[in-house]
Amino acid sequence: MRPLKLVPENTNIDFLRLRTVFMAVSILLIVASIALVAIRGLNFGVDFAGGQMVRVTFAQPVPINQVRERIDGLGLGESAIQQFGDARDVAIRMPLPEGGAEATDEQGDQLRAFITTTWPGATIGSVDTVSGKVSEELFQKGALALALAMLAIAVYIWIRFEWQFGIGALFSLGHDVALTFGFFAITQLEFNLNIVAAILTIIGYSLNDTIVVYDRVRENLRKYRKMEIVPLLNLSTNETLARTIVTSLTLIIALATLVLVGPEVIFGFSVAMLLGIVIGTYSSIYIANPILIYAKVGPHSFVPPEAGPAGAERVKAKELP
Amino acid sequence: MLDFPRWKVWLTWVAIVVCVLMAVPSLLPGTARNALPGWVPKPTVNLGLDLAGGSYLLLEGDVAQFRADRLDTMRETVRQELRGDPRIEIGDISIRDGNVSFMVRDASRVDAVRERLLPLLSNDNGQRDWDFDVVDTSRVVLTQTDSGIASAVDQAMGDATEVVRRRIDELGTREPTIIRQGSERIVVQVPGLGDPTELKDLLGRTALLEFKLVDTTADVAQTMQGIAPVGSEVLEMEDGTPIVVKRNAMITGDMLTKASQGYDQQTGAPVVQLTLNGAGTRRFARVTTEHTGEPFAIIVDDVVISAPRIDEPIIGGQARISGGFTVESANQLAIALRSGKLPIRLKVMDQSTVSPELGQDSINKGALASVLATVLVMAFMLITYFRFGVYSTVALIVNILMIIGIMGLFNATLTLPGIAGFVLTIGAAVDANVLINERIREEQRRGRGVLQSVEFGYKEATRAIFDANITNVIAAAIMFIFGSGPIRGFAVVLTIGIVTSVFTAVTFTRLMVSNWLKKRPKELVL
Repeated sequence: MRPLKLVPENTNIDFLRLRTVFMAVSILLIVASIALVAIRGLNFGVDFAGGQMVRVTFAQPVPINQVRERIDGLGLGESAIQQFGDARDVAIRMPLPEGGAEATDEQGDQLRAFITTTWPGATIGSVDTVSGKVSEELFQKGALALALAMLAIAVYIWIRFEWQFGIGALFSLGHDVALTFGFFAITQLEFNLNIVAAILTIIGYSLNDTIVVYDRVRENLRKYRKMEIVPLLNLSTNETLARTIVTSLTLIIALATLVLVGPEVIFGFSVAMLLGIVIGTYSSIYIANPILIYAKVGPHSFVPPEAGPAGAERVKAKELP
Repeated sequence: MLDFPRWKVWLTWVAIVVCVLMAVPSLLPGTARNALPGWVPKPTVNLGLDLAGGSYLLLEGDVAQFRADRLDTMRETVRQELRGDPRIEIGDISIRDGNVSFMVRDASRVDAVRERLLPLLSNDNGQRDWDFDVVDTSRVVLTQTDSGIASAVDQAMGDATEVVRRRIDELGTREPTIIRQGSERIVVQVPGLGDPTELKDLLGRTALLEFKLVDTTADVAQTMQGIAPVGSEVLEMEDGTPIVVKRNAMITGDMLTKASQGYDQQTGAPVVQLTLNGAGTRRFARVTTEHTGEPFAIIVDDVVISAPRIDEPIIGGQARISGGFTVESANQLAIALRSGKLPIRLKVMDQSTVSPELGQDSINKGALASVLATVLVMAFMLITYFRFGVYSTVALIVNILMIIGIMGLFNATLTLPGIAGFVLTIGAAVDANVLINERIREEQRRGRGVLQSVEFGYKEATRAIFDANITNVIAAAIMFIFGSGPIRGFAVVLTIGIVTSVFTAVTFTRLMVSNWLKKRPKELVL
């Protein structure tokens, strides 16, 4: 019996052959995502939009239209009603009423009383109320955190590798983040503070792949100083392909489990991470690498060969006349 | 590779055993945990409100109101001070635009005013709270300094946090968390509290208690227009009728030693019983002796609760507030009075309540997802790497136990996103092993022997493992700094997971591998 090998030995896929096509498609997707977010907008949760959110579990499945009609009949304002988990779980979101904290309390009490009397056996799972002031702060902080994380990581890569690699990482991170936003704009899944955390995590993990490939590129640049950059990138990607596939698979296994059987309340969060891992794997191969070509990475990028790995001296010795 | 120093072996095992033992209390059910002897340390993972169920409130001090109140107080202080001997005549005091200003009738006495007021314009630390300016030779303007306001708000919020703590403790809730956040906010978390209405009512009260004499000389028509005689003010009863009371309070809340809910002996109606301290008792006795037969007003937060007549001098220091209470409302007022007045009004900015049922449901599903993910990832590693897969799966189990143990040790809080972080860690923990194992395969392909392949595999993979994990720590650190509540919980789990997974996936597997290599294996199927 042999161990399972998802990637056959001596795999040699010419990943970069279609690099222009993939870059074009990716840039198109980024633009489309930004446009989608701008046009369709994100379905902000109460933590960003302010308002009140009540999660209800009904005793029996209730038609969502019926719930919407009756809640709207209360005249408390435009409600947004969504199913989550199974057919009995419903999230009801209400805008903040005018008149401050007291009015909000009253609205909440009224809503809760109405639900428990209209649908006997319904249980209120959770109630969240966020004032406009706090939600604005949360949003600014979230945006700042995203930008800072991306920058900090790019700077780290720049310090550990070279500036071209920093640019490549930053761009592929931007790609991953933009596409995730686009996904939320299309699906209109609730975008809340948890999703920001998910995106931050994606930033950390999708870069794992990029770093592993970059690490190998750096190693190979020192080892094969005369190789052209395109075949060298292809070689590096192929050499690390098995690892990329296996790790992405373990992550996908874990996250898919979370999406399928995990708590409904964090469904959007789990989906975002799962999606991010898939996009991140793609971008580490098709985005992070081609940028190195455009940024003209070559053996000269790592001049001092003394610091190179064990193989470097060998190659260097061979080159000497 | 083979020369794993003895001390390192021991250190690795000690770290693992200690962390795993720490995990035991968190994994035991509550009853078994309580059955452990008392001397056994029981570090446990806290459950966040989203898992345990309970209420969260974010309170913010009303700084605008606080500024206004300070202006008001300063106006009174100035008035009192300049009326003293020798009296300095001034015009009306205005408190518009955030400052106190008044005209000194005799312009030559402005310096005397300055001298008289100067000591009152600094706080106890000698820091200047108010700026003194003279406009047009005779108009004095007192402006609150920013630093003065800031330090006063800071002080008030500190005191308010204590008052909030006392009030919540009085409710008899278990293990509330009350933390000051930033300069003007307080975060309150009460596990198990399903309906925060009562709590909000309690915290929304300033509970400023005052006893003031009713001004019986006031003209009824003027009172209806809201105009009071000098030295008096118009307040409202609970039903909205106006009533004129003297400005000077005879008793204030800080003279209380006790407040409790009781019953009226005649009518059986709920009342609030008060006991005054020594100074309060003497003062109350003197005033009630001098004013027997006149009514006095009992005022809470500027609303007159009742205005009983003084039938006889009250000398025992006992007083009673009656007036349309239910048992609950009387009890609540008693709690509020006992815990002292809030030095700054608090507003609820943000609140959230999770029912224990939903929390339990999340825990169950989270646990299921964790176990299932672990089993699947382990199976995948086993069929992919055989022997080295066994090492990774052992490391994965140890890793999971270590995370729980370390979280327990730090008393960290597990939140719903934290569970997601946990599951993510399970998927990511084996990454280091994958990197190492794939590298070993590569080295084997290049024709190296077992020992050399393994050695190179570990050595060459380390750099990438290190870089990849640092970027994750950067992301987690930023989440911790900018995140709040549950997100921080996520960042904590993630960080602990990163550290333990590198330790178990690199150091611990290496220990196992080196043990195996000592047998000088001829072949490595990988």
